[in-house]
Amino acid sequence: MKKTLLLALFVVAPTAHAQTATPPAYIDGMKPIMDESNYFHGILNQFEGRYAPGGSAFRWDGQAWYGGDYNRVWLKTEGTQQRGHLSDGDQELLYSRAISPYLNLQGGIRADLDDGPERTWGALGIQGLALYQFEFGATAYVSDRGRFATRLEGSYDFLLTNRLILQPQAEFNLYTKSDPRRQVGAGLSDVDTGLRLRYEIWRKFAPYIAVTYSGHLTQARRIAHDQGDPTGTLRFSFGIRSWF
Amino acid sequence: MSFSSKSALTRRRFVTSLAATGALTQTRSAHALTTGQTLLPGAIPPIAQTHYDLTVGRTAMTIAGKSLNAPCIDASVPGPILRWREGDDITLNVTNNLRVPTSIHWHGIRLPAPMDGVPGISFHGIPAGETFTYRFPVKQSGTYWYHGHSSMQEAIGLYGALVIDPIAPDPNACARDYVILLSEWSDVAPHDIVSNLKMQGDYYNFRQRSLASLFGEARQDGLGPALHDRLRWSRMNMSATDISDVTGTIYTYLMNGQAPDQSWTGLFRPGERVRLRFINASAMTFFDIRIPGLEMHVVQADGNDIEPVPVDEFRIGVAETYDVIVRPTQDRAYAIFTQSESRTGYASGTLAPRPGMRAPIPPMDPRPVRTMVDMGMGNMHDGMKMEHARKPAPAQHDDMPDVDMGDMKMDHDDMADMPDMAMKPAAPPIQRDDPGPPPINVENQNVAMMPTDRTGSPGDGLENNGRRVLNYKQLRATRPGSDPRPPTREIVLHLTGNMERYIWGFDGKKFSEAAPIVLRRNERVRFTLFNDTMMEHPIHLHGLWSELENGQGEHRPYKHTIISQPGSKLSYLVTADAPGMWAYHCHLQYHMDLGMFRTVVVL
Ligand SMILES: [Cu+2]
Repeated sequence: MKKTLLLALFVVAPTAHAQTATPPAYIDGMKPIMDESNYFHGILNQFEGRYAPGGSAFRWDGQAWYGGDYNRVWLKTEGTQQRGHLSDGDQELLYSRAISPYLNLQGGIRADLDDGPERTWGALGIQGLALYQFEFGATAYVSDRGRFATRLEGSYDFLLTNRLILQPQAEFNLYTKSDPRRQVGAGLSDVDTGLRLRYEIWRKFAPYIAVTYSGHLTQARRIAHDQGDPTGTLRFSFGIRSWF
Repeated sequence: MSFSSKSALTRRRFVTSLAATGALTQTRSAHALTTGQTLLPGAIPPIAQTHYDLTVGRTAMTIAGKSLNAPCIDASVPGPILRWREGDDITLNVTNNLRVPTSIHWHGIRLPAPMDGVPGISFHGIPAGETFTYRFPVKQSGTYWYHGHSSMQEAIGLYGALVIDPIAPDPNACARDYVILLSEWSDVAPHDIVSNLKMQGDYYNFRQRSLASLFGEARQDGLGPALHDRLRWSRMNMSATDISDVTGTIYTYLMNGQAPDQSWTGLFRPGERVRLRFINASAMTFFDIRIPGLEMHVVQADGNDIEPVPVDEFRIGVAETYDVIVRPTQDRAYAIFTQSESRTGYASGTLAPRPGMRAPIPPMDPRPVRTMVDMGMGNMHDGMKMEHARKPAPAQHDDMPDVDMGDMKMDHDDMADMPDMAMKPAAPPIQRDDPGPPPINVENQNVAMMPTDRTGSPGDGLENNGRRVLNYKQLRATRPGSDPRPPTREIVLHLTGNMERYIWGFDGKKFSEAAPIVLRRNERVRFTLFNDTMMEHPIHLHGLWSELENGQGEHRPYKHTIISQPGSKLSYLVTADAPGMWAYHCHLQYHMDLGMFRTVVVL
């Protein structure tokens, strides 16, 4: 038995140098460890009620992924429900490729799905960790009608204690052309931002309180104003951050 | 047998008296011998055996409120203590009653490659319902252990101690002799732990720097320096409190399978010499061991005798073993206190003249905080070390341990490790297989710019704590090494990883992307390890000895597992005298399984 094993080794590793290009023949093709496993995780970063005298809203923002160290499939979803009306609906299906210690290149499709007119986009972006443990995402979109858009997102976790965490977060959307039916203006169009104070009862379940602001900016602000909608609202919010 | 029949009798009588009082009876961990005799945890069987029938199965257990259906050996965690004798031929029939394949690896044992027990590398594993027979001659003595090598079964309960009697009279024979096997217990399954770490690398770390802890740091270092240090770590996207990936948050630390409140107890009569065989059988935890009020003489490392080193404390990396001798003279209980490196918990037990006695447990030390030395940025207080960082194995005379080394003779032969020294006959030219610094990539976060020799350091969290703490430079084998040849080849490896993504490997590559390391039969090789990560890695080479180049010349210690400290470089010599395929890996379970693993082929 020993002899055949050694013979097999000679076949797979013909040179006696430190590294060979050929991997050794593992017995029965069995690998001693599984370092190429796939994982599945999802996180709801925002799952919150937003309260203001002018009108309350419910908002969610989450993402899930399946895959290994390099290649993953991502699903991102967000939207705002207000007075029975769904807006800011954004669903993305992306392929993600790890490209550096902290950054992932992501590409795929985005569909604006809510009560407004539907739009579809191709997406290409970068998501990951910048210096100082700053989480960010920057994505460029091109629509089926030749429009361009950009989304910039960022958040940061300040540890007040190991379980009480203050998180400033912001999302900006920019468009090359206005789209009044979706209350989108050319240039910097809208912002959704929050300052959340969460308590991690356990890592995967953290209730929070927050102050959030969502509103239209520049040209979009005039569009919303002309359509008789609020241009921006500051709200007291509370919700749950959770993942699996 | 190295123990006199008198001491064996003492042990047996001790066992009986314990069973009678019922003070420590614990059927869960007790192992029924073929003779029908039942041994208590930590008690070494009175005689060596050559034939074993072992069964791997699942057994439901609750320890410290955490219930688990653990895959374990002969229904006990840890498994039975096996006692062998050097020179014997051992036969072990291992039957797998699990529904999945299993395996047992004999850690540190020199044996034919097909008997080593690593699925895919040594053999095809033990399929469900089948029996595999391990058969090999025992060519060594000392304290070792065994554990599963399949699908992280080791992390749950598949491990046990090995005690091998020497053929020659044991210089360290004592009136009392106990195994002290350290491990962790959790009701969180290994695959869930890995998955959580993949999503969030600091998932189990609740000891991070926060606004709340800033005040303490500012009081100690000043607000400016404290903030500066934080920003520096933050800029690197790393955490100075990254000590252990998995902590006391989910682990209960065990001594001989018992939680601290159960307090495993070893008995002694005042004045007796007591040998304690410490085995770190945990999956992810380094322990710092002390017995307040007792001086420990470290007499064996990884199964090999060393010149005794008197210490107050020592660190034991995952998979290492250390034998110490203590001599309690007072008629009182002593705590065996083994805190985890992260200081999130401890295992503990008692040495006592009578059952039921307890000793006060000391408070845990503050958790270590990593520094720029751990990041491989050199030791700012010691320009010498920086300068010599890239030279192989410097023998630093001025770094010699300052503790009393007893009757050690180290005046002339501690230079033998210096390959370039003129006083030695010209060594053959050494071939260097050095990939150079690893790339910064998806799998690697950092490159140690100025790695330091840290073999003279007891490790993070233990420096300057006012106690005499063991370091690697103090390990001096009682016998000169059996292969006096200088190495003809140096294999340089960088230990790398990405904590954020929880990927580990060598040279920026995980196992599945890397070719094996090939050694020629009987080749003499120097392995040089650069640790580019900020964590300790216990590196274990199967089947061959690793002779640590620690400045002790030809008395360098033979080890099977060597801790590579963060930001450090070290080297060891290997004689490739056992043909076959061998596993080579970090012994932190989740580092190994996520890529810090290589196959070593001896042709
Ligand atoms: Cu490791």
